[in-house]
Amino acid sequence: MGEFVLNVNGAQLHVNAPAEETLLSVLRNRLNLTGTKYGCGEGQCGACTVLLNGRATRSCLISVGSAVNAKIVTIEGLETDGKLSSVQQAFLDEGAFQCGYCTSGMILSATSLLRQTPHPTDEQIVAAMNGNVCRCGTHPRILEAVKHASRLAAQGGTR
Amino acid sequence: MILRDDPNLESFQEEYWGPLGGLHVDRRDFLKLLGGELLICLAHPKAGSQESGRSFGGHELPKDVGAWLHIAADGQVKAFTGKVEVGQNIRTSLAQAVADELRVPFGSVTMVMGDTDLTPWDMGTFGSRTTPTMAPQLRTMAAAARQMLIEMAAERWHVEPGALAAADAKVSDTQNTRSLSYGELTRGENLVKVISTQESLTPASEWKVAGTPAPKAEGRDFVTGKHAYPSDIARPGMMFGAVLRPDGFNATLVSMDTTAAEKLAGVQVVKDGDFTGVVAADALTAQKGIAAIQAKWNVPAQPSNRDLFGYLKNNPESGRDNAPQHNAGSVEQAMAAADLKIEASYTVQYIAHAPLEPRAAVAEWEGEKLTVWTGTQRPFGVRDELAQAFHIPSAQVRVIQPDMGSGYGGKHTGEAAVEAARLAKAAGKPVKVTWTRSEEFTWAYFRPAGLIEIKAGARHDGTLVAWEHHNYNSGSAAIDTPYDVANRIIQYHPVRSPLRQGSYRSLAAAANHFARESHMDSLAHAAGMGSLDFRLKNLTDTRLRAVLEAAAHKFGWSGAKSAPERGFGIACGTDKGGYVATCAEIEINPATKMVRIRRVIQAWESGAIVNPDGLRNQNEGAIMQGIGGALFEQVLFDNGRILNPRFAQYRLPRFSDAPQIEIVLLDRKDLPSAGAGESGLVCVAPAVGNAIFAASGVRLTSLPMLPKNEVPGEPKSALRS
Repeated sequence: MGEFVLNVNGAQLHVNAPAEETLLSVLRNRLNLTGTKYGCGEGQCGACTVLLNGRATRSCLISVGSAVNAKIVTIEGLETDGKLSSVQQAFLDEGAFQCGYCTSGMILSATSLLRQTPHPTDEQIVAAMNGNVCRCGTHPRILEAVKHASRLAAQGGTR
Repeated sequence: MILRDDPNLESFQEEYWGPLGGLHVDRRDFLKLLGGELLICLAHPKAGSQESGRSFGGHELPKDVGAWLHIAADGQVKAFTGKVEVGQNIRTSLAQAVADELRVPFGSVTMVMGDTDLTPWDMGTFGSRTTPTMAPQLRTMAAAARQMLIEMAAERWHVEPGALAAADAKVSDTQNTRSLSYGELTRGENLVKVISTQESLTPASEWKVAGTPAPKAEGRDFVTGKHAYPSDIARPGMMFGAVLRPDGFNATLVSMDTTAAEKLAGVQVVKDGDFTGVVAADALTAQKGIAAIQAKWNVPAQPSNRDLFGYLKNNPESGRDNAPQHNAGSVEQAMAAADLKIEASYTVQYIAHAPLEPRAAVAEWEGEKLTVWTGTQRPFGVRDELAQAFHIPSAQVRVIQPDMGSGYGGKHTGEAAVEAARLAKAAGKPVKVTWTRSEEFTWAYFRPAGLIEIKAGARHDGTLVAWEHHNYNSGSAAIDTPYDVANRIIQYHPVRSPLRQGSYRSLAAAANHFARESHMDSLAHAAGMGSLDFRLKNLTDTRLRAVLEAAAHKFGWSGAKSAPERGFGIACGTDKGGYVATCAEIEINPATKMVRIRRVIQAWESGAIVNPDGLRNQNEGAIMQGIGGALFEQVLFDNGRILNPRFAQYRLPRFSDAPQIEIVLLDRKDLPSAGAGESGLVCVAPAVGNAIFAASGVRLTSLPMLPKNEVPGEPKSALRS
């Protein structure tokens, strides 16, 4: 066991965990940030996606020890003063979910994409999102939501 | 409303039996299990009273309004149902039905669902039954409540109820000079009234809230991470559990040494009969504890993919009725006289539901009282599983089902719930068990594999004259042909499945439609007719014709001419009260032979539309999920072991597989609403297969059609996905 200080959603959080424990497990089981989901444990489904220094990262594949110096953003950290981010708002507007279990990871992958590429082509969206699985099959709506978020952000959305 | 005449009854029975094999309930009891009893009682009070005391396991649906509805002093309405939300959006559509019938705004209704202490008993959420049975059930109660509220206002004002009307969450006199809100009338007291007469429900043509695209109830919680799924539940002092799994199916334990595991700090090993698990303060330590257990297993020789379909044909399940389900005329004579005759075999592999949230449960004991939060489509069934496992009355068990990371028919059982409860009992603390992806792929159950043999004959002019359809193992859902054919033998052959199998979205309707609609396409080709014309020539079912024509029109079927690199396919069918037709456009890369689905148009009709946006979403999702089973999903197994129990090895539909999708909805306000969560996927595989045939001349008869890995014992296709 070691003590780690993580920068999560702008707060410094102290946590005791084995250094090899995954960031996913620490977020969910020690910090009660359960919006980040377990889906496969091998980086194949994207349900555990968080932002690490702004980049979409599979939290099931990295250890807590390797995340100490990074700025971590989870789904719980996207709202600003109770206002949804443009990506969150777009997913809600498009009804881009069914069971919603993949939604956190989808939103963070899309957030990462739009920060780097504010106006992505369809091919860029598919490439950026292809590692995220939606088992309910809401892919067409999610693709629409990403485009909608891009437009919202261009109109001066929150992020 | 009388389920006795319901043509889909057989498939509900099958869905119920699947995961529970061996539980026998007679047909009459089964009708009650479906939730039809109350409705039958209303229609036939005498028959109902005669049947009292014969219900299954003592489960009677409550007849008092208060068990289903509560109106608080502030006017907030709670509606209670044992059905569960798994992404099919019934939390929204049922609230719409209640709001509509009670005459309150959508936003004032909250659904309380799948909690065995709070909601009326329910058999489970499957078979597309929520919309046709639970919605009218709740509407009946809401209509009764509305009438009660009118009577309460009449009593306060000393006027006749006939002079009052209910609207906008209040009762007013017809001159509108005074009104009382529902909350002022109930003051939060329970509504005590036993329903004894048939309530007349609002017809779809007069719906105000139902029939509109109401957004997903509590949708904001799904984009903020706030919604707590079963695997997110945490309790004070909660520990984490993990379970020792055998090396293969039907394995017997040869030896086990838990010394090393017991020496690990913070690990408690729990042995209870055949069950071995560990408890620890965190999930990682629990996994390490399991890994430290040395166990040797004896796994007996078992079938594999290689000999699967021969095995299915030669291993009938004994003791099951094995007569044809549908039998008409003489297939033998008609085949002898037919101009065109085609025989073919079709196969489908086992596939996995792979819900993105694997099985999970948190169990907590307080003395002999057990509470379990878990993801299941049958909370009351899991409650009974737990009661049986721990030899306690069901009344001492509470199962709570938070809206979960879906099921698709794959979560009828309560394995994780029983495991968590066993560990929690031993630990004396609440315990969470979350299955790993590989556990979910191995120890859940599968969509049945199947062999389907069809022999059919037609005249030169395209008139179908004979149809013989045998399904081995995959099931009887939608096994009968909707086409007009005088001579028929249609038979389902139950088989001793080598893998644990059970319900899957649409059951065997996907397999039976794949075989039938592929075969119809081959016949059309042999007759020199177009795929659409041949179907229409042999089809008088007006609802099916309507979706077929709607899909063809939207797709531009008449102008769709297939070529070697581009193919167009069509398929149609009906099951569980839904009517569907699907047109697909595929392209084949001439160099790589890669097949890509470019466009899918699907027309859907299931009576009066409750929520058009939800209905579109279900159809779109069913198409995407259907693409997986059509093209690449398959469980590979050998000698009792699953060979591809990981997402890296089990190909799922992804964004790059998504075609352009358009859904055409037909709204039949004159017909009762049927469920729509399942049948939207049944025509995807045949439409795509027919499009591949139209382009390449290659008839693919096995699902998946274009697997990434070659299936042992199956011919290799020249085409790829």
